Amino acid sequence: MEIKWFIELAVALFSIGVIGVLTRRNAIIIFMCIELMLNAANLLLVAFSKMHAAAAIGKATPTVVSDGQIFVFFIMVVAAAEVSVGLAIIVMMYRNVHSVDVNFLNRLKN
Amino acid sequence: MSITNILFILLSVMAVGSALMVITRKNPVHSVLYLIVTFFAISGLYILLNAQFLAIVNIIVYAGAIMVLFLFVVMLMNLNQHIEPQKNRLLQIAGIISGGSLFLVIVAAALKSQTIKAGMELQTGDYGLIKTLGMVLFKDYVLPFEISSVLFLSAMIGAVVISKKEH
Repeated sequence: MEIKWFIELAVALFSIGVIGVLTRRNAIIIFMCIELMLNAANLLLVAFSKMHAAAAIGKATPTVVSDGQIFVFFIMVVAAAEVSVGLAIIVMMYRNVHSVDVNFLNRLKN
Repeated sequence: MSITNILFILLSVMAVGSALMVITRKNPVHSVLYLIVTFFAISGLYILLNAQFLAIVNIIVYAGAIMVLFLFVVMLMNLNQHIEPQKNRLLQIAGIISGGSLFLVIVAAALKSQTIKAGMELQTGDYGLIKTLGMVLFKDYVLPFEISSVLFLSAMIGAVVISKKEH
């Protein structure tokens, strides 16, 4: 299968995430769209690591071809840490303003 | 048309369709459930790409842990009866147009590149198994692996400190 189908799919998922961040006002949904964008990037990294596997298998040691997947693994680690802190911030925000609408968070504007 | 292509089309339609449902549903609980469907479809695509370990990790970490955390927070806040306030229609149209142009620009730029124009085919191999990845992770990437444990510790302490009620 050609790589271009995976590029189109990953970019479509990423764009859906961008549209969600721009149009929705619910902080939790915005956060979920960020997760969607992270997953689109992960998918593309895995696809490219598979694309370059053959070039690396001939020349280098076999461990080199797994680098893209190790990167995805570390992105998942960082995403898990990010989600725990981000959800804590959203819970604190709900406790203070009793809403998760990001339009209420304009105190720094004036 | 091979079985791989049929599976790819099925999984990508599933992923894009449920991703669209995530951003269009009014109820946040439905959005969380559709996002879980998207993550399962992405895990299926990882298996198609010979990344079996990442597929399992994606299901365990994302669909299992992160989305349950989301669902827990949504249900804790009891947002179901809250109706999202009236939004600016113009702002929504502007967001959709800018997202769509981003899609067009990136796809057009990526498909113009020489490597992709040459019709690079995907390869096969067993480098996505736990054995291979574990060797790489504990030989070449052992320092980042250990540092990520410090990151988790600080994230855990940060989450506790932030969500603690101050007196």
